Amino acid sequence: MNHPMPRSRRDVFRIAGFSAAGLALAACGVQGQKAAPPKADAVKDYWAKQTKHGKVVFANWPEYMPEDQAPLKKFQQATGISYEYKEVIQENAEFFGKADPVLRAGQSLGYDIVVMTNGVQLQHMIDLGYATPLDHSQLPNFAANAGQKYKERAYDPGNKYTVPYTSGVTGIAYNTKYVDEDITSIESLFDPKYKGRVGMMSDAQEIGNFAMFVLGIDPEKSTEADWKKAGEKLKAQRDAGIVRKYYDQSYIDAVAKGDVWLTMAWSGDVFQRQLAGEPVKFVVPEEGGTIWTDNMLIPKGAANPVDALMLMDYLYQPAVATELDEFIQYVTPVPAVQDLLREKARTAEGKDKKALEDMVDSPLMFPTEADYAKLRNYTPLTTKQEQVFNPIFQSVTQA
Amino acid sequence: MRGIRLGDRLLHIYTWIIIVWLSSPIAVMILFGFNDKKSKSNTSWQGFTLRWYAELFDISDLTVALRNSLVIAAVSTVITVVIGTMLGLALGRHRFRGKGFTNFLVFAAISTPELVMGASLLSLFVSGNVPRDANTIIIAHVLFSVSFVVVTVRARIVTLDPSLEEAARDLGATAWGTFRQVTLPSIMPGVMAGAMLSFALSIDDYVVTSFVNGSTVTFPLWIVGAVKTGIPPQVNVMGTLIFGIGVLIAIGNAVAARRRT
Amino acid sequence: MRRLTPYLLALPSWLWLAIFLVVPMAAMASVSLQTGNAIDGFAMTFSFSNYSDALGRYGTQLARSLVYGGLATVAMLVIGYPVAYWIAFKGGTRKSVYLFLLLLPFFVSFVLRTISWNFLLSDNGILFGTLKGWGLLPADFHVLATTVAVVGGLTYNFLPFMILPIYVSLERVDPRVIEAAQDLYATRAAAFRRVVLPLSLPGVFAGVLMTFVPATADPINAQILGGTANTMIGNIIQTEYLTNLNYPTASALSFTLMAVLLVGIFVYARALGTENVLEAAAR
Repeated sequence: MNHPMPRSRRDVFRIAGFSAAGLALAACGVQGQKAAPPKADAVKDYWAKQTKHGKVVFANWPEYMPEDQAPLKKFQQATGISYEYKEVIQENAEFFGKADPVLRAGQSLGYDIVVMTNGVQLQHMIDLGYATPLDHSQLPNFAANAGQKYKERAYDPGNKYTVPYTSGVTGIAYNTKYVDEDITSIESLFDPKYKGRVGMMSDAQEIGNFAMFVLGIDPEKSTEADWKKAGEKLKAQRDAGIVRKYYDQSYIDAVAKGDVWLTMAWSGDVFQRQLAGEPVKFVVPEEGGTIWTDNMLIPKGAANPVDALMLMDYLYQPAVATELDEFIQYVTPVPAVQDLLREKARTAEGKDKKALEDMVDSPLMFPTEADYAKLRNYTPLTTKQEQVFNPIFQSVTQA
Repeated sequence: MRGIRLGDRLLHIYTWIIIVWLSSPIAVMILFGFNDKKSKSNTSWQGFTLRWYAELFDISDLTVALRNSLVIAAVSTVITVVIGTMLGLALGRHRFRGKGFTNFLVFAAISTPELVMGASLLSLFVSGNVPRDANTIIIAHVLFSVSFVVVTVRARIVTLDPSLEEAARDLGATAWGTFRQVTLPSIMPGVMAGAMLSFALSIDDYVVTSFVNGSTVTFPLWIVGAVKTGIPPQVNVMGTLIFGIGVLIAIGNAVAARRRT
Repeated sequence: MRRLTPYLLALPSWLWLAIFLVVPMAAMASVSLQTGNAIDGFAMTFSFSNYSDALGRYGTQLARSLVYGGLATVAMLVIGYPVAYWIAFKGGTRKSVYLFLLLLPFFVSFVLRTISWNFLLSDNGILFGTLKGWGLLPADFHVLATTVAVVGGLTYNFLPFMILPIYVSLERVDPRVIEAAQDLYATRAAAFRRVVLPLSLPGVFAGVLMTFVPATADPINAQILGGTANTMIGNIIQTEYLTNLNYPTASALSFTLMAVLLVGIFVYARALGTENVLEAAAR
């Protein structure tokens, strides 16, 4: 069914709506959609035709915006653009699974901005032409305030489709109650003395990166042969009984309680546990760590793209970014936030002061230059490569 | 006789052990609704507070999500119970053409992996240009719970003696009258059990809902999304209230039942 | 009119299932025979090898799922039957209260239940930590990330779906019948086997159907409670569908799973003679 049906027949089916034939069309109609890279002129033309509508719909993850929505309210006051904020994204995979048929059918998601982690699903959004190319002439704050690191994204060179919302680092967390040495190397995750006490992540990109780091391979430049070597390394680790479990988000409970003693971990989670007084430490391993980013993008068919751009840019004002980061407590793409928070901590009092100081000093919210130098993105993959890459690591984690 | 009494008493205790076992995670949930946590993670005990009860409705999206879930569960339970009981009656009482295939459909609805059901429903809605909202969630919930009602009601009906209904009809009762006076009361336990099962299925569903919800968020959806940054204690409090109201209803029922006897 | 009754009764559910289940299933059947990828598109090639490939790659996980689902179902039957029995015969006026209490924990989100279980069953947590402190358990004892945890989780999560239908068919049995049977047969066990058990078989059949099938297809318990070798077929379908966007393989696996379950239930019904029970009563 690679041949698109003639227009009139397709309409008949659409009217038929619930008919089996109509659905079969949808099922078979997963036609080639690979988006050609947009021509510069086309992008310019597109944006030249768009106008401000005075409203914007922002789809985000829960707990990614202060509960009083102050940054958005100020945006509304400053620009006169009214907003709808929806906490509708729970998982990248499920969000893409839901968005794909809608966008494929040429319908609109109903959101002007969505937030997705760089990874397989975001790559698909871009490859399938589901992301609107951005007009950087309307993003002056991003240009001025985003850190250099956040302008060089392997998954989206030149920030053609996305700008970062917030970032995090994948490193190693360990429970100091059970581990009495300083962990510095990924080798420790492969050390037989921690047999049954090591947690690894189930995500192919995450676990793949770590196996490559320990083998001295830069994932951003890796080849198929490297992935296979990494897969073998992980298989040996599993078969030796070192790994207790391949975790999703639940790893953090496991390490905080001591079910695993050391594990691959996301910086933001560990920071929260430290604030709660739990005995966990985070380290960016000497071999390397992964930096991942939740990105804002404008989905295809968005009703208010200009307003969306204005909101994206607004969030890059240092004062606004500070307010956001103080709540989210991940890594902000705006480096000026650290100084602003330090300033705020100086004038704050009591409990707030302590909390703010903890944030300013934490390498988990503000990685050092030395940390940044060790950080890599996920392995960049084309669809073809992904079909090789995923099975290599899934055969380890989903045996 | 003494042996029998002892056996009954042991079974009584056993039943309560099972109830306590099933409820044990709820105890932890209730406890952490009182946790005076210091960071976003609400997993280690850090002192007692009633703060989260005072701030119960401060997270407006969460409040809306809970309300959505309750409404959706109530509506889909009513629809499910009505049409499921009807089909249960048809399958348990009557012979008709296509019965075998209908049995197969009922089975297929239970055995379809949730993800597949959600994804295929979504593509159906998209191709029919049906906007996704609370209505499509209700459609989906009825779809995956109806079989449970059918199977439960049928398990009741096949144990009943049809002669009672025939007697009622012979005495001149109308079909509807027979149903209301004879059939319905005798299948009621099955209907109630089916209703409780479908309510539980609806209010706790994540996977199917996540496909057909459009931008309507339900309680489980919001919670799964919040796992990434830490589930706020208000979620525990809301769970506590659902559980608490349930227990109150149960106690009320028990007291009312005692009065009646 | 009476001839039409069953059709009218069946119609609403039938329409619901036909529109929202059969139509999408037909589409899924078509997808399961296509080849291609999500970016370049899929084309219908009647590639039946999708099925053999999927089975070849994931046969282990499929077999494991059936074993786990089967074990959990047996456990539920053993644990649940006495509860249903007691409530049905001795619950008195509070029958519905007991049933409600059994189901109430399932009205709050599975995420909260899971987090709580992880808290309770943690290696050094409130339960095992204490027992280890008393020297009653070896230090490296753990339940989480094991097969026992997965089967236990399945048993926990689907238990009410076993108890309720058994209760529903037992509740119908007149207690005097049992007393009479106990007078008639020498032992209580014999009375149970000859009288109560046969009468409860439709409920047992319904309970097994409602637990074995979803438990076998369940991805959540294995994901949360399992270790490195507990992956079930539900997890694989999820990964193939959502991560790999390999819709044909995911569809083929789903159909294979459903077919295997269907055959299993059919064989089981025959062995139990439930089909006869259902048919006889329906006459």
